[in-house]
Amino acid sequence: MDAVVTIEKLNKSFGSTRALDGLDLEVKAGEIHGLLGPNGAGKTTTIRVLLGLLRADSGVARLLGGDPWRDVERLHRRLAYVPGEVTLWPNLTGGEVIDLLGRLRGGLDKKRRADLLERFELDPTKKARAYSKGNRQKVALVAALSCDVELLLLDEPTAGLDPLMDAVFRECIVDLRKQGCTALLSSHILSEVEALADRVSIIRDGRTVEVGSLTEMRHLARVTISADLAGAPDGLSTMPGVHNLRVNGNHVEFMVDPGSLDQALVTLTSVGVTSLTSHPPTLEELFLRHYGDESSAAQAGQVATP
Amino acid sequence: MSSFVGTGALVRLALRRDRIILAAFIVILVVMVAASADATVNLYPTAVSRVEIAATINSATATLAMYGPIHDDTSIGALATFKTGMMGAIAVAVLALLIVIRHTRTEEETGRLELLGATVVGRQAPLTAALLVAGGAGIVSGVGTAVGLIAVGLPTTGSVVMGLGFACLGIAFAAVAGVTAQLARSARPAAGMAGAALGVAYLVRAIGDASTANGLGWISWLSPIGWWQQSRPFAGNMWWVLALSLGVAAGVSALAYVLAARRDFAAGLLPDRPGPAAASARLRSPLALAWRLQRGSLFTWAATFATVGVVVGGLVSSVGNFANNPQARNFIIKLGGEHILTDAYLALELGIAGILAAVFGVRSVMRLRAEESSLLAEPVLATAVGRVRWAWSHLTVALAGSALLLVVVGISAGVVSALQLSDAGLGARVLVGALVQIPAAWSVVGIVVAAFGLVPRAIVIGWVALLAFVLLGEFGPLFNLSQTVMNISPFAHVPRIPGGTFAVAPMIWLTAIAAGLIVMGLGGFRRRDVG
Repeated sequence: MDAVVTIEKLNKSFGSTRALDGLDLEVKAGEIHGLLGPNGAGKTTTIRVLLGLLRADSGVARLLGGDPWRDVERLHRRLAYVPGEVTLWPNLTGGEVIDLLGRLRGGLDKKRRADLLERFELDPTKKARAYSKGNRQKVALVAALSCDVELLLLDEPTAGLDPLMDAVFRECIVDLRKQGCTALLSSHILSEVEALADRVSIIRDGRTVEVGSLTEMRHLARVTISADLAGAPDGLSTMPGVHNLRVNGNHVEFMVDPGSLDQALVTLTSVGVTSLTSHPPTLEELFLRHYGDESSAAQAGQVATP
Repeated sequence: MSSFVGTGALVRLALRRDRIILAAFIVILVVMVAASADATVNLYPTAVSRVEIAATINSATATLAMYGPIHDDTSIGALATFKTGMMGAIAVAVLALLIVIRHTRTEEETGRLELLGATVVGRQAPLTAALLVAGGAGIVSGVGTAVGLIAVGLPTTGSVVMGLGFACLGIAFAAVAGVTAQLARSARPAAGMAGAALGVAYLVRAIGDASTANGLGWISWLSPIGWWQQSRPFAGNMWWVLALSLGVAAGVSALAYVLAARRDFAAGLLPDRPGPAAASARLRSPLALAWRLQRGSLFTWAATFATVGVVVGGLVSSVGNFANNPQARNFIIKLGGEHILTDAYLALELGIAGILAAVFGVRSVMRLRAEESSLLAEPVLATAVGRVRWAWSHLTVALAGSALLLVVVGISAGVVSALQLSDAGLGARVLVGALVQIPAAWSVVGIVVAAFGLVPRAIVIGWVALLAFVLLGEFGPLFNLSQTVMNISPFAHVPRIPGGTFAVAPMIWLTAIAAGLIVMGLGGFRRRDVG
């Protein structure tokens, strides 16, 4: 399938701050692509370059077969955008803002607008100054989602939404994907990206550090195990692939490489397990794999071995 | 918890945030007042020359309306401060009201006050802190002015009364802004309402001063600016009149506190009513949005211009009324007759209208930068709206709005003055006199657009330029500046009509400069980052 978004070696600096440092990104047609990274990683800058709001210093950025800086009007008819920080004109009502933005984009689907207002439980007659943060976010979501577009650019779109509304948002995105819509979803929340994205690009300090499906990445990253054992653990400290081991009486906590997981569990069950929790790598742990070599080595050195 | 807890901390915060602008304002004010007093003293060294010029000033309705009378024609101090006194007093009042709005409504609107309010800050602390800072700024301005005037050799008592008057007027309008900050729901209209109150006070005084010959001088006593004038610095020093200002300030502040205690955070006094669930069919372009956002303000400005036009036109018949003053009569005969005075008066007032129209234009086009920095431009620019088309939205309102205001004042002043003097031709000339201001106002708008496109962070250049043009026009001749320097101001090239001859050339090239600046600005905006 064709790429809807192609970014190669993109650079952008603000004064002495390097926001994007050779970023690569490819979003294929019909997929939901997660753009995952901590605060300040360059997610918003990337999206603003794609919207033609910022001009890249160097590198290639292509969007729907056009140049995001030059072909603004033509491209923007085919996409919708939800900013992470939504401000609205205080004396316009939510309904007016939704209609205005929809018309400026080239028209919105009235039926879908009504449907979305109902699903998001948004009162369109309120003046924007009276909306809470979450409700302002809903206005931006309804405005973007009620348009018939090929591409959605979503910059941390669920900031301020409660879990119920979060679920509604996910349903909407899944519906739109069924209709063939492509989406670029920026987020720092792993679970959100996990629930929606087909593929993920992880970025840090303006660079892409990993691309693929989350399942693939998981296999590459360490799992954290925390267990209460029947007796003192034996052999874990010398086992290759076990990191950050902490032992407190019969309680152990450690991280383990996916390849050594089976052997580690065998070791635990040989002692006897009374309770066990494991959790998959968090976003931060995924990063550690790429950029935290020094810090994880330092941590490993500190581990007390009994 | 006392409702005033934290006031001290908020005062320090406000002073920290405003330290540069406050210091700059007060220094400029004191230097302007003192330096122009010094220059005037040198200009009229003899008592005879002073009596003569004072008589001329007191007989011209235009100057009476603008600056008020000189109460003692032998007083060097009264003559030396007759212009800067009025302008300085108004400047201090404007400063005070802007400070109060900035540290109450603006903070509330941006949510910063919420952040503070969650800490140990009493309910009435923000209002109290704002009033203290604004009142303090008024007092420091007054002290500085008094010291400056004494330093250039004016009598001590008069200088102190002048300073006292500045301080009291500042305090009074700080209190007024304290009330409007509670009434309006956001900072812009709150500042607008307080500014309108100041405008009414000025207008009432202008009507009274210009109608003294008709026995209506008492009207000035209805205005706080009139009280300031009646304290008569250097001409009787009736400082106790200023107690009226302080009394009103106390009463109005009390009202502000009562209102502040009654309303909710971030709310006005009136609850928000639900609005339409869908946008009207016309709200479908950036221009329609800009119109929607600015129409209320434009209507208010247009109504003000219409009123000003009626007052200016209405005073035209008293221009020729002289208090049987032989010097003044000689002066006028020398100039070439009464209609010369009428024309000069109208041309002067229309020049002021031109500057005020430029003020509207600057405010209006600065919306572009405000929308950009508050992230309101982003969602619009993310739709199928190009940057230039978006920028033309508020720019169109600024250009068309400033032109409309001048048409309004031209028609209202023209019709009323034509009726007053039964001279239909005068009406037409007044309208032309208003219309010739349009290119000058547009070129100031052009400066703002150029700054917006090329140096957006320094957009304040627009206000600085306009202020510089006003100061050049008002004080350039007094300081003997060369014509080349004074010609920097676009307003220096506007034909003075009625009276002067219409010239098409300056109209064309002022418009061309405005167009050039706009093209430069839009070109810069197309190339730069948004945000």
